Amino acid sequence: MNDLAGTRRLMRLVMRRDRLLVPPIYLVFFIVVVSFVSSFEELYPTARERADYADINRSNGGFTTLYGRLYGSSLGELVAWRAGFLPVVIALVSLLVVIRHTRSEEEAGRRELLGATVVGRQAPLTAAFLASFIANLVLGVLVAVAMSARGLPGGGSLALGLECAGAGILFAAIGAVAAQLTSSARGAWAISAIALGLSVLLRIVGDLSAESNGTVAWMSWLSPIGWVQRLRPYADEQWWVLALIIGATGALLALAFRLSDRRDLGAGLLPQRLGSATAAPSLRSPLALAWRLHRGVLGGWVAGFVVLGVVLGSLAESIKDMLNDNQDLEDIFSRTGGASGLVDAYLATIMSILGVFAAGYAIQSTLRLRYEESAGRLEPILAAPVGRLRWAASHLVFAILGPVAALTAAGLAAGVTHGVNTGDMGHELPRVFGAAVAEIPAVLVLTAFTVALFGLLPRLTGLAWAGLGMCLFFGLIGSAMKLDQWLLDLSPFTHIPHLPGGSVSATPFVALLVIAVAMAAAGLAGFRRRPVAD
Amino acid sequence: MTDAIAVTGLVRTFGQTRALDGLDLTVRTGEAHGFLGPNGAGKTTTIRILLGLMRADAGSVTLLGGDPWRDATELHRRLAYVPGDVTLWPNLSGGEVIDLLGRLRGGLNQQRRAELLERFDLDPRKKGRAYSKGNRQKVALIAALASDVELLLLDEPTSGLDPLMEQVFREVIQEEIERNGRTVLLSSHILSEVEALCDRMTIIRDGRAVESGSLEELRRLARTSIEATVDTVPEELRTLPGVHGFKEEKGGHLRFEVDNDALDEVLRRIAGAGVRSLISRPPTLEELFIEQYNRRPNSERQLGVSR
Repeated sequence: MNDLAGTRRLMRLVMRRDRLLVPPIYLVFFIVVVSFVSSFEELYPTARERADYADINRSNGGFTTLYGRLYGSSLGELVAWRAGFLPVVIALVSLLVVIRHTRSEEEAGRRELLGATVVGRQAPLTAAFLASFIANLVLGVLVAVAMSARGLPGGGSLALGLECAGAGILFAAIGAVAAQLTSSARGAWAISAIALGLSVLLRIVGDLSAESNGTVAWMSWLSPIGWVQRLRPYADEQWWVLALIIGATGALLALAFRLSDRRDLGAGLLPQRLGSATAAPSLRSPLALAWRLHRGVLGGWVAGFVVLGVVLGSLAESIKDMLNDNQDLEDIFSRTGGASGLVDAYLATIMSILGVFAAGYAIQSTLRLRYEESAGRLEPILAAPVGRLRWAASHLVFAILGPVAALTAAGLAAGVTHGVNTGDMGHELPRVFGAAVAEIPAVLVLTAFTVALFGLLPRLTGLAWAGLGMCLFFGLIGSAMKLDQWLLDLSPFTHIPHLPGGSVSATPFVALLVIAVAMAAAGLAGFRRRPVAD
Repeated sequence: MTDAIAVTGLVRTFGQTRALDGLDLTVRTGEAHGFLGPNGAGKTTTIRILLGLMRADAGSVTLLGGDPWRDATELHRRLAYVPGDVTLWPNLSGGEVIDLLGRLRGGLNQQRRAELLERFDLDPRKKGRAYSKGNRQKVALIAALASDVELLLLDEPTSGLDPLMEQVFREVIQEEIERNGRTVLLSSHILSEVEALCDRMTIIRDGRAVESGSLEELRRLARTSIEATVDTVPEELRTLPGVHGFKEEKGGHLRFEVDNDALDEVLRRIAGAGVRSLISRPPTLEELFIEQYNRRPNSERQLGVSR
């Protein structure tokens, strides 16, 4: 047991460092779930109204994409369905916590400092996992207790709590494995982001297939996110899925500990390669350096967006099949554009998801400015004859054009696949492509918000992520929770028309671009005046 | 010839702390100037202001005839900087970083680059994340020294270098000064390094310069330590102004320190006491330095603690 010496102390350190990070985020998650109960009670007080609501929304492929499958129309089922996006964000937080306290610490050299004290070889990994485990368990218990306190069935409430906790714990274990593979925290991040993205994608494809009587419904069973949703809270709970979740977590943990036992401190499993002894002739400007630093991330995002575009675009036609067995609904929808209106609603939903993802990429690459600065790599550049604005511009080129390229690529991919499926390329491609490109102004507002933080409040650049979180939450829960319009208006994505299918005017786009330019200019002016590495 | 660096009355505060409190610093063109001071004395803040990375709250700063904040880009063509804690891009090799920084400055002497890689024994193919602290330091040093610039700003440049490499560093800097006539500002803790390389030096403490001049000049201001064996102990030495830490051991053996302006008087008294042996030793830089360290903040010379 010597390998675990000091775990308890390290766990306290982890919790101390995360006390302003994890509890507030989890508290928001908890409040969101609980408030779904009252919103649904208020908006759809009778069983009949809930049944109608469920019928309409079950056939909306966009909702299936976002939240998963809706099994019935009871209050509990509606709440659990609407909370279906939570496992993904909980998974994200758990990955963050585990990698941050394992590989990031190791890369920064702090792990070495601890390793020289009475701390066992496996203690840091154990402590990081346990801290995340406990946080997720607490969230799960809170959700279960609060749900049954609101009068929902006890079994279903427990299952919903376990769905939340299970997603977090599973991905904490996935993060533990990813942290062993590469020597850089960024690499571990990339691996786990791909794992999470694949899980979500498999779940979406499987669920849409199940709703439209397709043949690949089994794909949801390949996804950890699919597993936790298959606990089916309030909808005839499938308790045996717990065994799958626990078994997979155990197996992943065993793998992580085995890998961590076999490798050296600081090393990854993937070997380090030697670089070039001299720089390529082109590496002679801040822009060339920025290209070196951004190109890997750019390639990853564009590739990911193309895959998303192809997969989500190819599913669009199958949305129509969701209506086949329901004549009443077909009548309702024929008044609002028929089955094609349903497809448009689905496409509009996935475009707004892609817009938020692209904003995440935009923030990530804009924060590179701050990252370079606080890592001490800005000073040597500025100590050469390079002006501050020139340096900032070299990174912003990629922070702006990268997300634009990703959205363009996704729009083209989705448009082409949907065009091929419908056999009407000339009609569908411009519509779908236009819908993707329409998200760009909103993305640029978040880029500019990040630049403003960097220039004016450099120590608070992390708030950029809070801004994105707000946009994401308003998009996911705004309509169900009846938030005030002025609050929703804070998110730039609120002002993007629902495309394809919606009506378009230039005003919101121009307004968003003006706001973006003003914020970016303020940020850059601030950066010119403030001390570097402050 | 103008001064390469002229700083007067420099003030910079961070909240409540006055990091620089009226600092004066003059570096003449073509000289190597040592910049000494305890941790947190304000050395790095000064260098960051000289680089235009930070603005001064008050005081005047001239660097190579320009304003380091306003003319930053132009001035940086003519200088190279080595930080005390070098961080590299994890996915760029050392060779790539050397080339990049050199080209940003407007060119790199390829022959010099190859020679420095050889002398510092650095493998330029390793990626940034694979270098040890000393090797990262070498990357920044080679990038700076292979550039054709007038002024080198070195902020504790040898931290992490092994003694062998420290020796190479001294040789290379010596050549730079003698052959190429470069101006060097060397901030350092390693006193032997400063003593070996620098013509003049400035000792800074609590954000102001407490001593400035050549080692000879600094010594003149300080005390000489005396060891003597005499037949009869001249008792008046105990109370003579300018004598510090007077100790008498068995057999008429004396040890004490004398302010240099009292040296003449003291020697005259000892001469009349039957001297059998006499050792007088000027203070080493280390002693000068430690004397400054031990002094209370903001106190003047007469409050000095005698050792």
